[in-house]
Amino acid sequence: MKALRNFLDKIKPRFEKGGKFAKLQSTFEAFETFLYVPNRVTLTGSHIRDANDLKRTMALVVLAMIPALLFGMWNVGYQHFLSTAAETGDIWQNFWFGFIRVFPIIVVSYVVGLGTEFVFAQIRGHEVNEGFLVSGMLIPLVMPPDVPLWMVAVATVFAVIFGKEVFGGTGMNILNPALTARAFLFFAYPKNMSGDQVWIAGQGDAISGATPLGDALASTTTPGSPLTLPDTMDMFYGFMPGSVGETSTLAILLGAVILVFTGMASWRIMLSVFAGGLLMGYIFNWVGANAYMDISPWDHMVMGGFAFGAVFMATDPVTATQSTKGKYIYGFLIGFFAILVRVFNPAYPEGMMLAILLMNVFAPLIDHYVIQANVKKRKKRWAAAQVTA
Amino acid sequence: MSNTFKIRKGLDINLLGEAEKTISEIPSKLCAIKPPDFHGVFPKVLVKEGDEVKAGSPLFYDKYRENIMFTSPVSGKVREVRRGAKRVLLEVSVEAAPEQEYVDFGSADPNGLDKAAVTEKLLKSGVWPFIRQRPYSIIANPEDDPKSIMISAFDSAPLAPDYDLIIQGQGEAFQAGIDALRKLCSGKLYLNVSANAGVSEVFLNAKGVEINTFSGPHPTGNVGTQINRISPLNKGEIIWYLRPQDVLSIGRLFREGKFDAGRIIALTGSELKRPQYFRTTLGTSIAEMITANVKEGEVRYISGNVLTGTKIEKTGFVGFYDSQLTVIPEGDYYEFIGWALPGLKKFSFYYTFLSWMMPGKKYRLDTNFHGGERAFVLTGKFEQVFPFNIYPMQLIKAIMIEDIDRMENLGIYEVDEEDFALCEFVSTSKINIQKIVRDGLSLMIREMS
Repeated sequence: MKALRNFLDKIKPRFEKGGKFAKLQSTFEAFETFLYVPNRVTLTGSHIRDANDLKRTMALVVLAMIPALLFGMWNVGYQHFLSTAAETGDIWQNFWFGFIRVFPIIVVSYVVGLGTEFVFAQIRGHEVNEGFLVSGMLIPLVMPPDVPLWMVAVATVFAVIFGKEVFGGTGMNILNPALTARAFLFFAYPKNMSGDQVWIAGQGDAISGATPLGDALASTTTPGSPLTLPDTMDMFYGFMPGSVGETSTLAILLGAVILVFTGMASWRIMLSVFAGGLLMGYIFNWVGANAYMDISPWDHMVMGGFAFGAVFMATDPVTATQSTKGKYIYGFLIGFFAILVRVFNPAYPEGMMLAILLMNVFAPLIDHYVIQANVKKRKKRWAAAQVTA
Repeated sequence: MSNTFKIRKGLDINLLGEAEKTISEIPSKLCAIKPPDFHGVFPKVLVKEGDEVKAGSPLFYDKYRENIMFTSPVSGKVREVRRGAKRVLLEVSVEAAPEQEYVDFGSADPNGLDKAAVTEKLLKSGVWPFIRQRPYSIIANPEDDPKSIMISAFDSAPLAPDYDLIIQGQGEAFQAGIDALRKLCSGKLYLNVSANAGVSEVFLNAKGVEINTFSGPHPTGNVGTQINRISPLNKGEIIWYLRPQDVLSIGRLFREGKFDAGRIIALTGSELKRPQYFRTTLGTSIAEMITANVKEGEVRYISGNVLTGTKIEKTGFVGFYDSQLTVIPEGDYYEFIGWALPGLKKFSFYYTFLSWMMPGKKYRLDTNFHGGERAFVLTGKFEQVFPFNIYPMQLIKAIMIEDIDRMENLGIYEVDEEDFALCEFVSTSKINIQKIVRDGLSLMIREMS
């Protein structure tokens, strides 16, 4: 390892100001800090610092997504073989089929996204931010398995530039970049992002390719079509068509445990998303105007991207509310609106994406009111002190 | 009346190198008073190199508050008046004579004096600067009548000195100091002790104070935390605060009529062969304490604790308000894929390194940043180590954009940089929060005066 360090030290001056490759300084820095934690020492303030940095933070979030990713790969294969009844796959065949479908999406997402980030960091002359490590994994997980790779590339570029860099990069963005990518595709290429033809890779015709969400919505728009949902536990485990990483609530909860234990995501947000969703589900049960409204609220939790959104998307610390109280409100409204959009709006079978993006926009407003309450309290105390003084 | 306050938010960082509870004598041969220790003071020097001074002779004063004197802790010869860039006065050092002579300020029972007399004695002798005020953590203004005076009788910072040990047998001087302080303030005098067993009788028997008990992790011992619980500062209000050893200096001034700058300093940190306590003098040179006592390798000398202390050289001096010297390793190294390693030897507030499996382990932490500076990303973490009813990140951002109204509304008067030390420690974005907060306080001082 010494040799590598020596090599880096040797070539470093060439990337610094005035060097031959000064234009690639950010890129060099990104690779160097990836290989080595820098030797920068504290000068003022706290002389010791927590060992945790943004790289570690992001790496852990990616780690938390691995269970959902692995299950997703398997499920892509499983659904494929299920739809082409002629062939049946064993666990490894399923996984391998899924792997060769999903892996290219991941590669495209990371290469294109990081490439864009590097270019921006270089133009701005600052260090490459780690934020995309997470977005780069989130994007493949929210794509339908049949999505064309060029679409992934276009959506990623859009998300990085308009979702993040125009605001100043990681930490400054208003909308969740991965959801921006998905929303971009959803509105630009609706045919590839919804319906019953995109959720199963290499779809055969033995079964319908519609997701439970699609089925449920169809029952409200097409009179007379019955609503038959898969078994709740099957949906919980994830044996249903859907975006790559969203189907298995079990795998997602595993990720949630990692995130909450390490303190990388807010349990307050996760919990309140589920609470909001359940409440709306029960309200619909009470109204009971159609078959979709009558399904169990718990089915809503395991259908579509609800759990995935609650655990990985809503909890994005940059785009969520920042105050503790605000987190409860923000999460609750996401869950509430997600179910509302799902059941009421036939154009958007997946309410989660829109609910989160909507609340991303409102997060600063929620924080504003929570903080104003704190300010008011303080002013009141001041005023009281003036009176007694 | 005594209250018990339980603080839940905070963080104890367990470090190696706690001082052994023995006190060695090292009479100081060289001492210095460092103007940068005093926020907002513009020093005017009164001595030149080679001048003979007594303990209690003025060395410099504050240009804008001329009655605030800074006096020599020892008698001897002025060795150096050191200036830095733009002729900023950095330190005035005095070489101690073998026989100590003291300026006689006259002994007196503070109970028989009025506020003006007590104040004058404190100002003339150079003891006044020990009394600091919140907001801003600057030297108190003698003309003010503070809402109350706070003394934190314990320190909860990493490897902090044990004031119960330091104060041992000093009951009379401590009481005299308390008596003098009571003359300065029409409000209450609070003495805040730790809830842990074994609080010194000196504290518990002190008269004329309200004793409150505090328990919980650091920053429970910070006076800012205690003020926030007992009587939060409102706009326009002032609270004065001191450390126990400062009270002793005041007490000795009244009992003996001299500026006795004797101090017990805790020498702590993982890089010491024998961490222990030394009986020495205020602002002492650290050279003798560390001779043959420091382990191999590059080390950082910190006057104060690892969270809020000041970096000094090995020829440097202990700060005016510090009772602790910490020696830890420098972190000037590259770590190969350090962000991906299991990290059994790394300490983190987050459960992201496997070291969480070893609670209670003591760590040897260095000065490495462990990462690059980034924009704020994680939220809700500062709140977990910040026991105030204040939104820390929002306040920091308000300071960064220099929005005075917002800073005021979010509670800038109630905090100073040491209250944010743990926020700075846990910041995954590696932002120098304490500096930001100090800049914000300096801005407030300028704007409000």
